[in-house]
This record gives sequence, structure tokens and C-alpha cells, in this order.
Amino acid sequence: MALVEIQNLHKSFGSNHVLRGIDFTVEEGEVVCVIGPSGSGKSTLLRCVNLLEVPQQGQVFVRGEDITDRDCHLDAARQQIGMVFQQFNLFPHLSVLDNCTVAQTTVLKRSKAAAEQIARDTLDRVGLSDKVSAYPMQLSGGQQQRVAIARALSMDPALMLFDEPTSALDPELVGDVLTVMRKLALDGMTMLVVTHEMAFAREVADRVVFMDAGVIVEQGPPAEVIGNPKEERTRTFLRRVLDPTHVEPTP
Amino acid sequence: MTVSDAVVEKRRGLSPRQRAQRSRGIQYAVLIVIVVVAAFTANWSQIAEVFFKPEFVKSAFTSGLPGAFLKTIEYTAGAFVIGLLGGTLLALMRLSPVAPYRWLATAYIEFFRGLPAIVVFVAFSLLPLAFADLVIPLDPYGTVWLALGIVAAAYMAEVIRAGIQAVPKGQIEAARSLGMPAGVATRKIVLPQAFRIVLPPLANDLILLVKDSSLVFIIGTSAAAYELTGFGRDLANTESNLTPLVTAGFCYLIITLPLGLLVRWLEAKAARAH
Repeated sequence: MALVEIQNLHKSFGSNHVLRGIDFTVEEGEVVCVIGPSGSGKSTLLRCVNLLEVPQQGQVFVRGEDITDRDCHLDAARQQIGMVFQQFNLFPHLSVLDNCTVAQTTVLKRSKAAAEQIARDTLDRVGLSDKVSAYPMQLSGGQQQRVAIARALSMDPALMLFDEPTSALDPELVGDVLTVMRKLALDGMTMLVVTHEMAFAREVADRVVFMDAGVIVEQGPPAEVIGNPKEERTRTFLRRVLDPTHVEPTP
Repeated sequence: MTVSDAVVEKRRGLSPRQRAQRSRGIQYAVLIVIVVVAAFTANWSQIAEVFFKPEFVKSAFTSGLPGAFLKTIEYTAGAFVIGLLGGTLLALMRLSPVAPYRWLATAYIEFFRGLPAIVVFVAFSLLPLAFADLVIPLDPYGTVWLALGIVAAAYMAEVIRAGIQAVPKGQIEAARSLGMPAGVATRKIVLPQAFRIVLPPLANDLILLVKDSSLVFIIGTSAAAYELTGFGRDLANTESNLTPLVTAGFCYLIITLPLGLLVRWLEAKAARAH
């Protein structure tokens, strides 16, 4: 059984039809990168996986459970799905350690000591064990994003969602975050990553999904989708991303 | 005359700096004239006699000013707690997905915000007449705290609601994505940040509340329950001199000026945090 299975997903914001029928699965242990031009619906797709956006039509199954069912225990389902946001969204009023323990103690009912031990372990995994008592404001963007990853990992998720995790970072800080994500992938974490980092997608992803205008245009191993795209739309997009100075010839 | 001639013509007058200087000079002159006129026309000895007579200041201190000072603080503090709790509840009701809660909260806020506080106090003073067996506990504190707190809650509800809505949406999304139910996310993530945001305006409401506590005299408390205004008014009446009232007035400043500084400090701190 696939870890995530999405069937015929449709999502509109007003008259803007953002997702136009998405069918899509993520297998256990798989790293999937979603690429595509801005406005193609890739972030919306990601946000539908833990139902931060409620789709108008279609189903999202997580481990066989339909989380779009209105009687589904959504909070319980979300515990298995960690999410990392473009803007980090750390809790500014809590220390780094408390950011990583607050959901453990309130949601998983772990004892404070157990939660703190797990938080220290995950902070160690992202290389920030010396920042436990700092507050988010005192950290760089790259450090904040790594805390956000540790916060999600502290809940022992089965799946991690990354919504353009490096897009809000200064270029020199991107590497630290990507290194942590690469390590996570090597440890066997199931990951769904919306990204513009083609090098990361090519190197780490098991599968790359190219989206445009609310549909999946093509998907497959990175060597195929990025290295040898079949669709013209994919080729145009990759030309723009991989060579930003490239100018399209005017017909 | 060409356009460029006109520009040059205009430039020959006073420069912007000279014009600003002249305007400032006029403002100082007006101020000096007012001060001089006031100094020569006012009857200073009579003013000092009526408003600032040292022996009445002294007698105010010996006849219960410190107690009244304490009462003002007690009345204010209790009302602030009620206002804060009630205001938080009302703010959450205004943002509730349950429509009747929203209507109730909106009606309450609009009603008590639009009503002069003095009307509420008059109503409370008449309550014992209307309901003979009504007993509000902790007399006189219970009545005072309720009367002040009911009005304060309406003001604070709007401040707190604005604070809750100022917490970025991403905070709620992060909390919910970690599996927190809406109630936990509100308690652990949204409200602590909302209160941080509204601390300066809440301190401002506290200052207003200090002054509103003077309305207590309408309830007709006994002399032992007098706060500053009641005390100063009573003593000014018996002495036929305004000095006790002025003294009580200065006592308000002793409370409100530090609070005003606190507000400014909090605002500066909030500005630095962003």
C-alpha cells in the first residue's frame, strides 16, 4: 500500500482552478521532488496532503485512510506527516527546545523529560544541539529552517513535506538546509519536496514530478525528467531554470 | 515672462529654511505673550490658597489618603483581571465558527462600548433596590470590580481580537500540521503571541481603568471604601478648599505616569522585535 495516494484531486480558489485532477502516489521510503513554474499548483498539492488546503473534489489517502473524509481524525493523521514551510513558521515565543517539545507534550502526551530528550536528539541530527536555549529571532534563516525540520522530526513522522524550504534563504545558507535534507533522505525518510533546487532534485530524488497549470505533465526518475524530458513544457521550464540568462527565440 | 524667469523670481524670496525659522519665531512669540498675560492677570495668592494649601495636603495624608490610594489600586487591579478574562472570552467568541457566539459577543461589545461607564455604575447602584435579595459577594469590591470589569471587557475584547488576528496565519498552520487540535493551537501558540502584540494597548486600557475607578463614588460606598476621587471630594467639601482634590489628582499621576512609561517601553521593545 502506498504511503500517500491521491485520486482525482481538484482545488479552486474562487474562479482560479489551481489543481485540475491530480493522481499521484508516494511509496514508503521514496523521495519525490515536485518541480514546476510558480503558480503551477505544486505548493497547493503539498498542502492538500495534510489538508491545510481542503480540496473540492478527490481523495487523499494516508496509509489507506481517506483524510478527506469529514469524519476522519485529521489531527491524528497529521501527526504522521511533518511539514516544513517556506517561511519556517517557528513559534517565536518559544525557545528552540520548546519549539520541538510543545507538540510532543500536548499532542503525543509524552513526558517533559522524554520530549526534551527526543528534541535534543533531533536538534543534534540537524546540527543545532548548541542552540537549544536560543529563540528563533536569534538564529539565521538557515538555522531557523533546520529547527523547523527538527520540530517536525520530533513527532516521528512517517512522511515529511517540504514546501520550498530554501526559497526564503540567503543563497549562502541554502547548502546547510539541503545537507540536512540529503541526510534525512539517506536515512530512509519518505519525503515529498516542492523545490526549485534542480541539483538537489537530480541528486536526491527517486522520482521527479513536473507540474504545470494544475496538472502533472510528466514524472519519472530525475535522469529522465530533468536529464531528458519528453514534454515540450518541461523542456521550456528547465531551459529557463537551468539557464536564467537564456532568451527564448521570438517566432 | 518665461517659465524659468518665474522660478528665479520665486527663488528671490525667503529660502525654505528661513521660512521655517520665521514660523518657529512666531510660535515662540505667541507662547511668551500668553505666559506673560497669565502671570500678570491671575490672582496667584488666591490660587495657591485654594488649590495648593500645604496644611490641607498634610491633613489629607493624615486623614486617609494612603488608604484611598490603595483602594484605587485594588479597584483597578480587580477590574483589570475581570476585563482581561472577559475580554479574552469575548474576543474568542467574536472569532468563533458558531454564529450565535459571534452575535452575542458583538452585541455585548457594541452595547457596553457605546454606553458611558457612568450609566453602568448608576445601574449597579440601583440593583439592590430592584432585587432586594441580590447579594454581590466581597462587598464593596465585588460590585466595583463587576461594574468596572463589565465595561473594560468590552474595550479589551476588541484589542485582544485584533491581537489574535495579527498572529500570522503560518503560526496556526504550523501548529495544526504538528497535529495540534484547534483549541491547543489557540492556547499554546496563538494567545501567547496575541497578548505579546497587544501588551501596549492593554496597558493603555489599564491607565483608562485607573481613572474610571473614580466613578465608584456613584455606587455610594461608605467612607471606608473611598478611593482617591471620593476621598478628595469629601475632604474638599468639608474643608471648603480644593487642595485635597488636587492632592488626590496628583496621586493618580503617581500611578498613571509610570504606566505611561511602561507603555512606551513596551512599544519600543515591540518595535525592536520586528
